[in-house]
Amino acid sequence: MKLEDLKKIREKMEKETNLREGKGRIKAVVGMGTCGIAAGAREVLSALLDEISKRNITDIIITQSGCRGLCDREPIVDIYEEGKEMITYGNLTPEKARRIVAEHFVNGNIVKDLLVSSK
Amino acid sequence: MAKIYNLLLCAGASCISSGGYSFRDKLVEELKKHNIENMVNIVETGCVGICELGPVVIVYPDGVFYKKLKPEDAKDIVEEHLLKGRVVGRLLYKEKDSEKIVQQASQIPFFQKQLKIVLRNCGIINPESLEEYIGKDGYSALAKVLTEMKPEDVIKEIKDSGLRGRGGAGFPTGLKWELVRNSKGGEKYVICNADEGDPGAFMDRSVLEGDPFSVIEAMTIAGYAVGAKQGYIYVRAEYPLAIKRLRSAIKKAYEENLLGKNIFGQNFDFDLEIRVGAGAFVCGEETALMHSVEGQRGTPSPKPPFPADRGLFGKPTLINNVETYANVCQIILKGSKWFSSIGTEKSKGTKVFALAGAINNTGLVEVPMGTTLKEMVYEIGGGLPNDKKFKAAQIGGPSGGCIPEEYIDTPLDYESVKKLGTIIGSGGLIVMSEDTCMVDLAKYFLEFTQDESCGKCPSCRIGTKKMLEILNRISKGRAKVEELDLLIHLGEQISKTALCGLGQTAPNPVLSTLKYFKDEYLEHINEKKCRAGVCFKKKK
Ligand SMILES: Cc1cc2nc3c(=O)[nH]c(=O)nc-3n(C[C@H](O)[C@H](O)[C@H](O)COP(=O)(O)O)c2cc1C
Repeated sequence: MKLEDLKKIREKMEKETNLREGKGRIKAVVGMGTCGIAAGAREVLSALLDEISKRNITDIIITQSGCRGLCDREPIVDIYEEGKEMITYGNLTPEKARRIVAEHFVNGNIVKDLLVSSK
Repeated sequence: MAKIYNLLLCAGASCISSGGYSFRDKLVEELKKHNIENMVNIVETGCVGICELGPVVIVYPDGVFYKKLKPEDAKDIVEEHLLKGRVVGRLLYKEKDSEKIVQQASQIPFFQKQLKIVLRNCGIINPESLEEYIGKDGYSALAKVLTEMKPEDVIKEIKDSGLRGRGGAGFPTGLKWELVRNSKGGEKYVICNADEGDPGAFMDRSVLEGDPFSVIEAMTIAGYAVGAKQGYIYVRAEYPLAIKRLRSAIKKAYEENLLGKNIFGQNFDFDLEIRVGAGAFVCGEETALMHSVEGQRGTPSPKPPFPADRGLFGKPTLINNVETYANVCQIILKGSKWFSSIGTEKSKGTKVFALAGAINNTGLVEVPMGTTLKEMVYEIGGGLPNDKKFKAAQIGGPSGGCIPEEYIDTPLDYESVKKLGTIIGSGGLIVMSEDTCMVDLAKYFLEFTQDESCGKCPSCRIGTKKMLEILNRISKGRAKVEELDLLIHLGEQISKTALCGLGQTAPNPVLSTLKYFKDEYLEHINEKKCRAGVCFKKKK
């Protein structure tokens, strides 16, 4: 192993272990209540995961929670970003989820037409 | 595909023996059943420390801590938590007194008071993955040392940090390294003492099982600093998992040229081998250990000559304990100032203690030196079960002594503890309630040292035997009062005349209990009474 290799491995693994410990730039929480699942939350979750994998994004945590009590807007995703207020996207589909990844996670722009609220 | 969940499964020896792997197998089965294997990453880590609650799993990114897992619980964790994001309440930790349910590992008092330097990676990374170790700054210290520091700089950094040996005697580590470096004699050796013979101590095992690369890296740094090309890790055969993980780590380090010739392309070679010891307590004593590595009988020899002058194969040798080494890389990376800001004036850094006995949270804890016994027992340890009253704590194992209730505010550091007649030693800490008989306790440790005495010097061979005979008579109510003086006299003589540390410290548990609990000895002799109800049982 050369010094350059050490640096490369460290950078790659640092991100991975940080994510593991819940330290990410953005945390996206998909509501997985019964109603969410019925409305297609699982497909939304898969689309999010697939899209960030495809784009090789390594600093975003995708996770899930129980029912959020917003049943008529399911599937929903809450976005937590450090230093910013939590926002919620609703009525999602896999295609819309992929837009969130592209526009919000990558370009940093909130996808206004998908917002449920901005508490 | 990106993973949603990382399940950190404790694969320390304790969690494995309480069924951790049966749980894991069932978990994998459930994940397959629901077809979500690709969303979940299972990481088998080293010991998390809270062995009492094993097998344990921490589910990230949320850091949810599940305890006492049975194979049946895998179904709920998968179907509720992993599929629906609902935490499984019944598997969470409950605070003993308030019945408060705690969800996150970081919120459990047992973990909150701890400061992890030595155990920083245990329970966090997969100990068999070099990549994960590197992700946690692994091998950055060695890279820094080999490219930016002279051996003298390394020694100065360790000296300035104030690090002292964690194997028992607390000798300043940097000074030891300097002695070896300055010693003339061509070839030199570096040894890691992983014999860990104190009954109840298992911090060294945990480090080797949970973070083997940290010891290998530190030994390589030590080799560079003192001018040695060959290292040995002496591990007891009773630690098969530690040996397995060490072997795997050494192999990977060789494959990546982190051991061997021209490490990081520099003009420095270092080889490392494991030597497996048969588990005699005396083989943890440095001269006996070196004889054992040489293939001879593991008995001590007089010092001087000290290992730094004439050690393994008669060559200058550096020997340090596992926990001592486990501090080294962090000192190099974060600096001696950082390290010496932790702890007390003369005892720097942290110490790992093995909490055992009459205490709610048994397990391994790492705290800054100077943490008080009270904090240890009531905050980290969660108090005594069934609200029993604290009587004393025995620290330092068979070479140590006890701290009675009146001194519970004592800071745990080398000096404060020494004033009370005991030692930090390797960090065994046994909490005792009124149910422990102090005569019986002293007898337990003396039986151990007597049994482990190698027999080379008469003072230890015969002296400890005589002391034990008196203790046996006391516990049967057949001793005379005068024999207490004889016990003290014998103890003091053995301490002064025994060849090695084993004999020199063997009387400590007896002398210390006699100092603080003489009335209990007298009760046994005069009234044939044992207030803890331990002795005199057989007569009924
Ligand atoms: C009877 C006896 C047993 C010992 N057992 C151990 C042991 O298991 N592990 C250990 O590190 N040191 C043990 N020591 C202390 C070693 O002799 C030596 O001081 C130590 O390895 C030095 O390392 P350190 O300076 O890093 O503490 C023992 C000493 C005696 C007298």
